[in-house]
Amino acid sequence: MERVDLSALFVHLLALWFVAVGGPSAILPDIHRYVVDVHQLLSNREFAEIYTLAQAAPGPNVMYTTLIGWHLAGWSGALATTIPLLVPAMTLTLFVGHFTERYPDAPILRAIRRGLTPLTIGLMFAGATVLMRAVNHDWRGYLTTVVTAAVVVRLTCNPLWLLAAGALLGIAGVV
Amino acid sequence: MDLFLTFSRITLSSFGGALFWARLGLVERQRWLTDREFAEFLTIGQLLPGPNVLNLTVLVGYRLGGWSGAAVSVAGYVGWPFLVVIGMGMLYQQFGALPQVQQALGGMSKVAAGLLLATVIKLAMALPHRLRPWLFGILAFIAIGVMRWPLLWVVAALAPCAVFLAWKARD
Repeated sequence: MERVDLSALFVHLLALWFVAVGGPSAILPDIHRYVVDVHQLLSNREFAEIYTLAQAAPGPNVMYTTLIGWHLAGWSGALATTIPLLVPAMTLTLFVGHFTERYPDAPILRAIRRGLTPLTIGLMFAGATVLMRAVNHDWRGYLTTVVTAAVVVRLTCNPLWLLAAGALLGIAGVV
Repeated sequence: MDLFLTFSRITLSSFGGALFWARLGLVERQRWLTDREFAEFLTIGQLLPGPNVLNLTVLVGYRLGGWSGAAVSVAGYVGWPFLVVIGMGMLYQQFGALPQVQQALGGMSKVAAGLLLATVIKLAMALPHRLRPWLFGILAFIAIGVMRWPLLWVVAALAPCAVFLAWKARD
């Protein structure tokens, strides 16, 4: 365990959020790299558990960063991981929102959208594989993950039921 | 005040993705936006860095109440989940080591990984079936998921190329 350097974490997250086209899932692999691989602030399992807890809470999925901060350093940690998320939204979004309301079909905006969408999908897929490797230790775990994905792709159902089913499987000792 | 309450309500009911609840609250309950305006705001929100519904919150708050409207909306949208998540963090620190809690969390985390995987698959199925978008998607995946390079450098290298080629192709 390293000592938590909150200001460095704050700056890192702030920089991440400014490139986080595609939102919280796109920066998941980099947050994992930072807190688990590079600085070893959390174990792989703690990271997975914290991410999961935040998914079960109401509100934007991104709150897993707040929970990481809280777990590492209490209130100041929670603030240091939440404020960076708000900054681009309150600056860039207002600025660009003003512009795009006037010129919604500007070709440059379409090119940005078309160009960046595949990048986002690649980043999110990286996030999914990082998480998969962090949570699964045997074939039964991988099977649960893949079956969940298949169910959600085919049918639309409330993810909370699936999370509850996962909890039951875990308590029953199946996975 | 209305903005604060509406966004509080949206965020507190949005388990597993806020988009559905945001549309219900803004378009159907309050009738502040039409469906078309909602879709336009959302597109802008997705174009920009950061969580798309948070960006949408800023845009709607700003249109309806200027700067203070945007601030109040964000406070409603992020404030409550912030407290809820910290409450969960307290419980986790208290009880996280119990074997049953460990097992339940272990099972849930496998499902959570599946949920993320499903979202990616759905989005990828909507990509055009052409070489360029898939090439960039795969490059981004390899750089981040396999090589584990820092995201900042990867995006700085890939994003300008991707946008430039999309601009050239005008597809």
